[in-house]
Amino acid sequence: MTVAERTPLVEMQHINVAFGGVHAVQDATIDLHAGEVIGLVGGNGAGKSTLMRVLSGAHPADSGSILIDGKPVSIKSPRDAKAYNIETIYQTLALADNVDAPANLFLGREKTTRLGSLDDSAMEAETRKVMGRLNPNFTRFKMPVKSLSGGQRQAVAIARAVYFNARIMIMDEPTAALGPAETAQVRNLVRQLKDEGIGIFLISHDIHDVFDLSDRISVMYHGEIVGTVNKDEVTTDEVLGMIILGKPPTEVTETELAALHA
Amino acid sequence: MTNVADTAPASGQVQPPARTSIRGLIAQTEIDLRLFGMLLALGVILLTFNILSGGKFFQPTNMVTLAVQASGVAVIATGMVLVIVSRNIDLSVGSLVGVIAMTYALLMTDWMPNILGMGPDFPFRWLIALGLGIGLGALVGGLQGFIIAYIGVPSFIVTLGGLLSIRGVVWYLSSGAARSGLDPNFQLIGGGAQGSIGGTLTWILALVGCVAIVVLLLNGRRQRRRFDFPLRPVWAEVMLGVLGCAAVVAVAAFANANLWPQGLAARIAARDNWGPTPEGGWQIPTGFPYPMVLLLGVTLVMAWLATRRRFGRYVYAYGGNPDAAELAGINTRWTILKTFVLMGILCAIAAAIASARLNGATLDVGQSYELYVIAAAVVGGTSFAGGIGSIPGAVLGAFVMQSLAYGLSFMGVNSPGQNVVAGIVLIIAVGFDTFNRRRGS
Repeated sequence: MTVAERTPLVEMQHINVAFGGVHAVQDATIDLHAGEVIGLVGGNGAGKSTLMRVLSGAHPADSGSILIDGKPVSIKSPRDAKAYNIETIYQTLALADNVDAPANLFLGREKTTRLGSLDDSAMEAETRKVMGRLNPNFTRFKMPVKSLSGGQRQAVAIARAVYFNARIMIMDEPTAALGPAETAQVRNLVRQLKDEGIGIFLISHDIHDVFDLSDRISVMYHGEIVGTVNKDEVTTDEVLGMIILGKPPTEVTETELAALHA
Repeated sequence: MTNVADTAPASGQVQPPARTSIRGLIAQTEIDLRLFGMLLALGVILLTFNILSGGKFFQPTNMVTLAVQASGVAVIATGMVLVIVSRNIDLSVGSLVGVIAMTYALLMTDWMPNILGMGPDFPFRWLIALGLGIGLGALVGGLQGFIIAYIGVPSFIVTLGGLLSIRGVVWYLSSGAARSGLDPNFQLIGGGAQGSIGGTLTWILALVGCVAIVVLLLNGRRQRRRFDFPLRPVWAEVMLGVLGCAAVVAVAAFANANLWPQGLAARIAARDNWGPTPEGGWQIPTGFPYPMVLLLGVTLVMAWLATRRRFGRYVYAYGGNPDAAELAGINTRWTILKTFVLMGILCAIAAAIASARLNGATLDVGQSYELYVIAAAVVGGTSFAGGIGSIPGAVLGAFVMQSLAYGLSFMGVNSPGQNVVAGIVLIIAVGFDTFNRRRGS
């Protein structure tokens, strides 16, 4: 791939986020190209989700800059992020449990009639279309999403991200709550979105998922980015070493590796 | 999901399985069962008192009085639904009603004639006073809402403070004295024989209501057809239409069976030269009292805001999951602030009804309203967990609570006794609801 020569779709540079005295993200720099999947990995509390929350506007950074198509942008709220076609599938799914699937899909971006009233029929029709592709068996369009199964809820959250022509997609543990069949579906979806030229940040604990789907892998450790590696140039062991030891493979000593395997 | 790029098949159009059980038949009409149940409960309460009183209770005069008494609380309850749905509470409504009622009284007895130069003959004095009261309500509500939404002080605390301090302001405004003598036009807002829309208008209103029901049903069907959604069976549509229209006509007929008192009719007849008193006295139907018409208007507007507008959608979504609403890019603070502005406006309307009925204001107008309003909303199905509640439910809740109070007082039960029953009913209603929801989920 010659992606490195083109202007990246997203560049996050020297991002810092602190909660009180704790540095959740420290001087993190990461980039993403169109049609590329970056696997973002690291232990619990490594700062993956926080870094992505900066990009999705859920938590503004204390310092650092974000560039989209090479131009600096200001993302202070989820609304800003959506204006740049950044869509996020949160680990918690971020669904309003008490309203139905169409209301969730269009939450904050409702279709309205000419007089500004909600056009529920139009929203339901669109939801039927997009869910027809994602989950053809889905029929409970009028039920509060609370009453749906885990996979169906995930489908609603994914539909919301897919529907609005995302250019950049953030997926935070998209398969954590799913069974094997549904996990396979999500994997297919990631490949397909990638083929459509969407840039994807994929946060996952599942190292096999990451190796399977990513082009490059960024490893975070204690709020810092340890390194970004091309998937084809590393082994799973080396990536695991980065996750656990917080050092690039070249800096890891024999004794440390031995200790890891002991 | 193997191929997202595929054009959408016309999926999800699966018709619900044909059901023949009663439950299935009801499901096909898509009636809100909760609301239907409450309507039934209200009917049972009224009927029970009617039997206990030997048929005296269920008379037009009683029912119209009951409706007028319930209207103030019901008006505010429509707003309390949105406040509770978005995980807040407003304890200041009673005091706010008190201060606005006193403002109306002072405006019309003192400030307007003496300061603003608007004597008794000034045109639309009543409307100007009402506008100022609504403005005051919106302002106080907005201030509380701002402190809650933007500064982040819990609504319980802010409105508890409001409950105490606003009631204190009433005392300072009036120097501790009651005020009376409102504009005669303003007094009509409070109902009574003259404060009603009369027989003809009542029938016209009923006709409009019937037409609206039919148009809504037809429009709903058209929308569903436009998008190829499953349609309600025709028998269900027809039944809903017929039942709805019958209910509207019955209520109108009932209100029109309420006649002007003979003394009042004779007095007005003499004043306006209606001619000789007919055989059997004057038979002038009062029709719907203005407070009921106001309540109807408020209910329609609030239900429209809650279900047909973005504002309502955001209130419910926030109540269901505040984080999700925030992450969806909704301006949640502004939404919360607006719910409290609405509360202020509704309090001003309720204050107008209360002060107009009194023809003035005392220090304790609106006392304990917060409790009745919250009870009405909760009995009407609003959940303190947030995200659940309906405007028509709260109005029905207000009527259930008021029917109990009115019925008990009709049976000679004193006010403490009424409170005992009201408290127990509140707990039973919510307990029953909680049990039902748990079983349902």
